[in-house]
Amino acid sequence: MKHQFGDRRRLLQLSIAAIGFASASLALFIFMVTGTALIVVWVGVPVVVETVVKVRWLAELHRRRVGELLGEPIESPYLRRTEGNLLDQVRGLLRDPATWRDTVWLIANGTLGLALACVAVCEAVLDLLFWWLPPGLAMRAYARLSRALLAPSEKSRLALRVEQLTESRAETVDTQAAELRRIERDLHDGAQARLVALGMNLALAEDELARNPGAAKALLSEAREASSNALAELRDLVRGIHPPVLADRGLVGAVQALSLVGPVPVEVHSDLIGRLPAPVESAAYFAVAEGLANAIKHSGAHHMSITLSLENDLLSMVVRDDGTGGADPSRGTGLRGIARRLSAFDGALEVSSPPGGPTELAMVLPCASSLPKTLPSYGTA
Amino acid sequence: MRVVLAEDLALLRDGLIRLLEANDCEVVEAVDNGPSLLRALTTHRPDIAVVDVRLPPTFTDEGLRAAIEARAQVKGLPVLVLSQYVEQLYARELLADRSGGVGYLLKDRVFNVAQFIDAVRQVAAGGTAMDPEVVAQLLTRRSGDKPLASLTPREREVLEAMAEGRSNAAIATRMFVTEKAVSKHTNSIFSKLDLPPSEDDNRRVLAVLAYLNG
Ligand SMILES: Nc1ncnc2c1ncn2[C@@H]1O[C@H](COP(=O)(O)OP(=O)(O)OP(=O)(O)O)[C@@H](O)[C@H]1O
Ligand SMILES: [Mg+2]
Repeated sequence: MKHQFGDRRRLLQLSIAAIGFASASLALFIFMVTGTALIVVWVGVPVVVETVVKVRWLAELHRRRVGELLGEPIESPYLRRTEGNLLDQVRGLLRDPATWRDTVWLIANGTLGLALACVAVCEAVLDLLFWWLPPGLAMRAYARLSRALLAPSEKSRLALRVEQLTESRAETVDTQAAELRRIERDLHDGAQARLVALGMNLALAEDELARNPGAAKALLSEAREASSNALAELRDLVRGIHPPVLADRGLVGAVQALSLVGPVPVEVHSDLIGRLPAPVESAAYFAVAEGLANAIKHSGAHHMSITLSLENDLLSMVVRDDGTGGADPSRGTGLRGIARRLSAFDGALEVSSPPGGPTELAMVLPCASSLPKTLPSYGTA
Repeated sequence: MRVVLAEDLALLRDGLIRLLEANDCEVVEAVDNGPSLLRALTTHRPDIAVVDVRLPPTFTDEGLRAAIEARAQVKGLPVLVLSQYVEQLYARELLADRSGGVGYLLKDRVFNVAQFIDAVRQVAAGGTAMDPEVVAQLLTRRSGDKPLASLTPREREVLEAMAEGRSNAAIATRMFVTEKAVSKHTNSIFSKLDLPPSEDDNRRVLAVLAYLNG
């Protein structure tokens, strides 16, 4: 993104708009003060809440404008709004550090900002006449002031981070619990039941052996079949929990093994050397496996490719197919499951799948054994 | 037949020894880890090695690696690999040297003693014995591939049975046809896959390889 200080006409427009913004800030500040004064008679509460919401709207608009002017976007600092009754909402807003920063911005923008905006308009007019002078000094000051107050403070960043981690942890815990329940049910109804049947058949066969060897033989072969079936079920279950080939060969080997059994040719590219931490391998494997399964199930592709690469402790995975496109996380559980698995590790999934294809799943997964020291620049999906 | 056995679980090791010895096999050494397997194979040079994929010390595919390494040192050493699960990837690695004498079966195939012993003999004689699950995985694969695509469904069926290590007689029983009909199919397969005339066993191995690597 390029800044807009070179465009004199645009600067004039923006500085006039800035007067509008600043006046709106002033007006909202007056509302806020009035509302606060009225809190003693209770009606003030909804007025203040409503004003805070309007302030956020105005601040967001301003962030976008100033971001464009400066040529670098300003992030939004707000935590998720608390739902529920008025009191809960107030509590939520009070807890969000961004509410207080917004108020400071409101005052500054309504006073100092208004003054700067007026100067900026005059300057912009002069700039149009004296085109050889450097333009937009006042507007620059105004933009800097806005950014200083509107960009998320360290406190806001931390609060956002805590919110994000809390959410992904809750999701992970939920998913794990559901997964354990599924495994328990599968074992209970499958392998365990078959082993019970097997034991019963063996006991019956033992009884029949002397009296009726023919019947005993039939029971024994039934028992053998029951044990084969139990083993087959256990194999499937184990594959779903942690595929043995992943334990043997690590991510690349397991992905290669995966690519060999599909009905469509799959190319695997990888520059990974050695093994990654086991939890990362597992999350990465299941993400790639779902991407591949989707491509086989939905895309009608003739060709697929998987690319794995590791750079600065960040594992990137790309699953591509030349199929029909139209992958949409909201229409199933698979893609959302990937996003959830990855976000538990601070990773992310990006789906690009225009109608007509091709489909590309781009996934990143940090794999340092400790948490990243700085905030990652990619968000969670 | 002289057998070297590698299996780390004592329960299974004893069972396998009993089963093999009851069927005219002499277990010359039974080991329970990868390094001793490699040593046993290179010193005893048995007629066949029966090997569990997962072995100590790493508890990964130690057995498979030792078997492949031993085959590199002792050319054509017959190896029958047993595992709780089968992977196409491992089947390919075992067959990569194209010299036959390779089996790869799920452990539960042992339950059918007659078929298991049949597979042991087949592999010891330089043939192949791939688990039906390996073969089934291939069925879903790239049906458009040439020259495999030129096989008739009947011929494919015969080729699958060959991959599993069945003899013509066994295939004939399974498909309810005469042995002569089966050998007509196999000849047609050999010529479609462009395999030069040589002894039947070797061509069988090559046909199976073409199939597995398709
Ligand atoms: N590679 C792809 N090409 C085309 N469409 C796709 C692709 N991947 C997914 N889709 C579409 O997006 C939808 C959502 O995929 P998702 O994996 O979330 O669910 P699903 O595969 O339908 O079911 P499951 O929950 O079992 O994975 C699919 O129903 C399919 O219509
Ligand atoms: Mg899916």
